[in-house]
Amino acid sequence: MKHRLDLRIGPVSFRIGSDWRSPLDALRRLYETYPEPDPVADFTVRLEAERVWRRWLRPSVAIRGDYVLPDAAPMALAHGLLAAEMGMNLQMALGQKRFLLLHAATVEKDGRALLMTGESGAGKSTLAALLGERGWRLMGDEFALLDLADGRLHPFPRAISLKNRAIALFDGVAPDRLGPLLADTPKGTIRHLRPGAEAIARMDEPAPPALILFPRYDPGFARAIRPVGAAEVFVRLTQASTNYVALGERGFAALAGLVAAIPARAIDYADTDMAAALVEELWDQ
Amino acid sequence: MAGPAYIADPPDAVRAVELDGLTALFHRPSGMTHILAAPAPQILAALAAKAGDAEAILARIGERFEIEAEDPAAAIAARLAELEAAGLVRRA
Repeated sequence: MKHRLDLRIGPVSFRIGSDWRSPLDALRRLYETYPEPDPVADFTVRLEAERVWRRWLRPSVAIRGDYVLPDAAPMALAHGLLAAEMGMNLQMALGQKRFLLLHAATVEKDGRALLMTGESGAGKSTLAALLGERGWRLMGDEFALLDLADGRLHPFPRAISLKNRAIALFDGVAPDRLGPLLADTPKGTIRHLRPGAEAIARMDEPAPPALILFPRYDPGFARAIRPVGAAEVFVRLTQASTNYVALGERGFAALAGLVAAIPARAIDYADTDMAAALVEELWDQ
Repeated sequence: MAGPAYIADPPDAVRAVELDGLTALFHRPSGMTHILAAPAPQILAALAAKAGDAEAILARIGERFEIEAEDPAAAIAARLAELEAAGLVRRA
């Protein structure tokens, strides 16, 4: 393809090709402090003009790669960075076979990992990013990679996609860590945040899980902590996994091992400070 | 009579993990995962490569496991129908 960028995020290497320079320039800036990529990519993402003439005329980006969603809608070129990020997500979700992939955020402290998963909009991504600025190591805001052999979680510290009101919470970070403000995307306004230096420096360092949280956010919620039974945790994590079925018995064994060994709680919160305080309280118990 | 006789796959066809009183079960022939409540796992174990009807199952598991129902054989027959629908037992 015309333009190319190689990236390595934790144990996964991507090759991103694009018909246009601008999405890759934005991506290169966002990931400029990441280590050298591997020569061989695990996944390929291609940002292609939907039709040849659409490279110039009302440019529209189709996300292609090793794995393709046939009905994925093309995106405006102005949102090319988001298209690249979505393309990487898609390759992971559909193609990852080395790890059990959980749609979950992970942070680490004292050598042990906290796994947070929940419905879209539960705020796990924002909460993980916030904890990453408050003394925790951000391991990933989108995917947790559970090692099928030893049950540890591997970091996948992609740029965090801050959405809508969450963007203002990170006004104080160094400006070079922030991507461009992307307005009117299919998910509203989005701005990418590069994880802190420690998250990137330690992205090859897995950690054993110690606690599973199911956060729920609503501005009207009262603060609450509830235990969650192991069977419910198991079922919810199968639903949060993109490749549980594809992995067969290896996935079952890894997930059953995680659930049997690690305590889980559901938390309700009304704002991110309340959530961060809840996390610290549960972590200390 | 206690309804039709059923049989389940041999013990090595499943992998089971206890989770808070429930059982997560991976069924190797289908690749499917099931969450089972008692007495379903006990029924499966009693039928592993060994056919039997509800009365026979009751005789096999009754010594070690108490079925809390007015008519235990009928309760087992109802569970058998569910296990058949889930593909975990079949008619012998």
